[in-house]
Amino acid sequence: MLADKDRIFTNLYGFQDWGLKAAQQRGDWDDTKSLIARGHDDIIEEMKASGLRGRGGAGFPTGLKWSFMPKESKDGRPSFLVINADESEPGSCKDREIIRHDPHKLIEGALVAGYAMRARAAYIYIRGEYIREAETLQAAIDEAYDAGLIGKNASKSGYDFDVFLHRGAGAYICGEETAMIESLEGKKGQPRLKPPFPAGAGLYGCPTTVNNVESIAVVPTILRRGASWFSSFGRENNKGTKLFQISGHVNKPCVVEEALSIPFSELIEKHCGGIIGGKDNLLAVIPGGSSVPLVPADQIWDAPMDFDGLKDLGSGLGTAGIIVMDKSTDIVRAISRISYFYKHESCGQCTPCREGTGWMWRMMERLRTGDAAIEEIDMLQQVTKQVEGHTICALGDAAAWPIQGLIRHFRPELERRIEEHNAKFAEAAE
Amino acid sequence: MPKVTVDGQEIDAPDGATVLQACELAGKEIPRFCYHERLSIAGNCRMCLVEVKPGPPKPQASCALPATEGQEIRTDTPMVKTAREGVMEFLLINHPLDCPICDQGGECDLQDQSVAYGRGGSRYEENKRAVTEKYMGPLIKTVMTRCIHCTRCVRFSEEIAGVDEIGAVGRGEDMQITTYLEQAAEHELSANVIDLCPVGALTSRPYAFEARPWELKKTLSIDVSDAIGANIRLDSRGREVMRALPRINDDVNEEWISDKARYQVDGLSRRRLDKVFMRTKGGLKPATWDEAFKAIAKAKPGKDIAAIAGDMVDCETMFAAKSLLKASGSSLLEGRQTGMDYDVSNLAAVNFNSTLAGIETADAILIVGSHIRWEAPLVNVRIRKAVKRGAKVFVIGAFWDTTYPAVFLGDELSSLGELPEAVGEIFSSAERPAIIMGGAALAHGALGAGLAFAEQFNLVREGWNGFNVLHFSAARMGGLMLGFAQKGGMKDIVTAKPKVVISLGADEMDFEPFADALKVYVGHHGDKGAHAADIILPGASYAEKDGTYVNTEGRVQFAEKAVFAPGDAREDWTILRALADALGVSVVFNSFAELQAAMIAEVPALGEEGLADFGAMPKASAKARAEGTISAYPIKDFYLTNAIARASAVMQQCSAELLGGGELAEAAE
Repeated sequence: MLADKDRIFTNLYGFQDWGLKAAQQRGDWDDTKSLIARGHDDIIEEMKASGLRGRGGAGFPTGLKWSFMPKESKDGRPSFLVINADESEPGSCKDREIIRHDPHKLIEGALVAGYAMRARAAYIYIRGEYIREAETLQAAIDEAYDAGLIGKNASKSGYDFDVFLHRGAGAYICGEETAMIESLEGKKGQPRLKPPFPAGAGLYGCPTTVNNVESIAVVPTILRRGASWFSSFGRENNKGTKLFQISGHVNKPCVVEEALSIPFSELIEKHCGGIIGGKDNLLAVIPGGSSVPLVPADQIWDAPMDFDGLKDLGSGLGTAGIIVMDKSTDIVRAISRISYFYKHESCGQCTPCREGTGWMWRMMERLRTGDAAIEEIDMLQQVTKQVEGHTICALGDAAAWPIQGLIRHFRPELERRIEEHNAKFAEAAE
Repeated sequence: MPKVTVDGQEIDAPDGATVLQACELAGKEIPRFCYHERLSIAGNCRMCLVEVKPGPPKPQASCALPATEGQEIRTDTPMVKTAREGVMEFLLINHPLDCPICDQGGECDLQDQSVAYGRGGSRYEENKRAVTEKYMGPLIKTVMTRCIHCTRCVRFSEEIAGVDEIGAVGRGEDMQITTYLEQAAEHELSANVIDLCPVGALTSRPYAFEARPWELKKTLSIDVSDAIGANIRLDSRGREVMRALPRINDDVNEEWISDKARYQVDGLSRRRLDKVFMRTKGGLKPATWDEAFKAIAKAKPGKDIAAIAGDMVDCETMFAAKSLLKASGSSLLEGRQTGMDYDVSNLAAVNFNSTLAGIETADAILIVGSHIRWEAPLVNVRIRKAVKRGAKVFVIGAFWDTTYPAVFLGDELSSLGELPEAVGEIFSSAERPAIIMGGAALAHGALGAGLAFAEQFNLVREGWNGFNVLHFSAARMGGLMLGFAQKGGMKDIVTAKPKVVISLGADEMDFEPFADALKVYVGHHGDKGAHAADIILPGASYAEKDGTYVNTEGRVQFAEKAVFAPGDAREDWTILRALADALGVSVVFNSFAELQAAMIAEVPALGEEGLADFGAMPKASAKARAEGTISAYPIKDFYLTNAIARASAVMQQCSAELLGGGELAEAAE
């Protein structure tokens, strides 16, 4: 178990005040000037050495991402940092806790990260439904401005850096980095084609890096305590600590900071009071927010909770929003509900996702009641394959994977329902 | 020049080419819906997926992927085939498949591509989506259930037309293309979205359920509704022109035509002059050709005969009239009906010298007295492109709604000689400065001042001629080349007091001063000219005769005959030939070929398709000054500028609904 002294988010549960004074007592904004004094490239190197992988879901190495930003502006375009606080993935709720209780970690991180990638300003795009959180964050930003920590000559470092808060309007797709950029520009939130990648032409056509809240909020602590400290947690290629969000059928659902690669069993038993009804009552787990395939109980129990460990199970760590489902769950209905979510949140721009998500959901609804033919399971599988990898952004994949996971692991259940349903009809017909 | 291989075939793709373009170069057909050469890349239909190495192990949208050195592109693998089938299946699950009652049937991309790349049948068993209709004005008929969300129409409105009229609302499968407030699209090029729409979602409202594409005869023609000479195709069935569609000509109209060019064709079968008429006792009565010719001969015009060319006549008609007059000993020819008398001793000074395609590359443009959106919508599109590339645009004249940022310098023509310092600097430092003189500027006698401006800012330089005159009559440049101009304009004709005035479809002129003359109208529509005429000889419209037209940039183009003229109407040259006999003079032609040969012998430039060479620009007079105020432009109603358009029910409806009439209708409710 992660020792208290090694926790980055020391006010995760809001036992203390979120304000600037309390944050400074917890060590935030402590000599930020000297962090910045280390220089752009030094910070990026340190981040690379720490092995931090992006906490937004895809797990791209953060330091490497920053290094794609231009070292100097050849044509006068500024660079921007965009912080993705549009946390809309079902099962995910870590950014909310950070913003509620530790907003200064995020703001300080924005300054340091922004400085490292030579950004002129940071735009924090916060989920529209996070109303109180947006208020808190704005208040924290104002506090930081008043204290001279950001703005002109931020933290007396000689670097000018602004932080803007932008509230979303409730579209899941705006969590996709290029859709977020479109939305920030005031357009309809639809993902852009890549290339060009945001590091070349992003927000307002300027070089832009989009990072998750958690990726940015951990930066100052990593720099203060050193890359080697951070990389002492977790397995090779899966370093550091991470906020896990466990919801569903556990005795004590929670958000908890733990070392990566912690076994699922330990996470559940130590922090969540175990599965409701005991280990044997576990049916399946969606380990990374709604968009990753589910993992059945027997495979997940001893699995390390990290990027590669879950990839080996045919799933993914995603945002580490762990949805635990016990045997009382109607698993087909659960996945069907997720399908509905993706149908509802598809931006409608490209064909496979626009048309496919609706089709998949409607078929899932029929499979839920068994009103289908056995062959239609294979057809559904094919349809998910027709969506996956054929779209502009990853929402198509995200809509396809949960269904693929269901078919992979629960095909007998689907067939049982179909047979039962058809038998009922056969009886009625006689 | 990146070298790529397409299905094993090695080719050199041009720099900046996409994978799709590389595949086309290699002769591989790539199916597509959203991709269009003249619009930005959306990459959303996903139909153009191909396999590309190196790259992720999934199909890539070829329209959006740049071709890079060493790429290995496959368009024939099972992965590509399945991807195309998959996308096609998705497109069809919510498409109504009502092809038998769809106007796009027979020329539908979705139909064609589903034959080539689709599956044999559908596996979709759920209900299909239905979408409510959207009102897009009198020209565009919508059946939005058929929409496949390629967003071509959205991109056209935003990028080419420059108006944010069409967009998408809603998300996912509920996304709908709409005009937001369901107002009519109020733009002169709005109907081009009909051609762009790859399915039957946006079809032509006036042409709805009129004909199937395979029963139409297609004739290559030239548009006469303005002086751009847009290349069009007239689709006719029997004796009726059913519709006009643009042809691709990058030098002239690219791929667009104005709504007027497209929809005035229904006017070709209304208010037609299909009989000979003579005025007796104040009223026009039907007569025979014989009676009419006799009456003209009786007037004994001798050399007191004049010919006024209308805005839509072809060069051959004008030349036939000229020959007739010449044989009679007269040279009273004029085409500038409204009395303009600008100097035409050097046609380079009244030509659009930058060329239509060239104006795109200008970096500073001064528009003098021209409502370009109405006088030449396609030039406006070009200027918008120039602005997108960084050109600065200034306008002298009354305000009109440009589709790009433009600075209005007031409506005093005198400012042409005394530009604000900042503006002057822009023109001095510009590499390709240009001026566009419109009809209002010419009417105010500002041509000389424009030439002085050209000299002051060195508009004519190596490889660039920035002096442009923008006409808006299809017959203007041809007429000037054939000498249809008097030094003093129409005034000279009036002073000459001709006994007979032949009006070649001239409907905009003032007949009042010719009260004593015998007015012979050779034309095709019962419009202003016919009302004033003493004798009406029914002629052929542009769709009913072969002819040569010269557009405002001096481009000579041939149009072909699509249908026969109605009733007793004849091709204009035959009428003039017969008139020569009636007047007892001899002209040099007996057939159309002879007429053309004689015309080309006199003006060789008319025999060659392409830009006519008018030689060097004249020296400007340093004293040239322009005076006056441009408070209004010659075109008062874009949709009703000529006799055909005025006869067209569609154009009348557009005028009523789109230009001010809408408020009346609203108030009446």
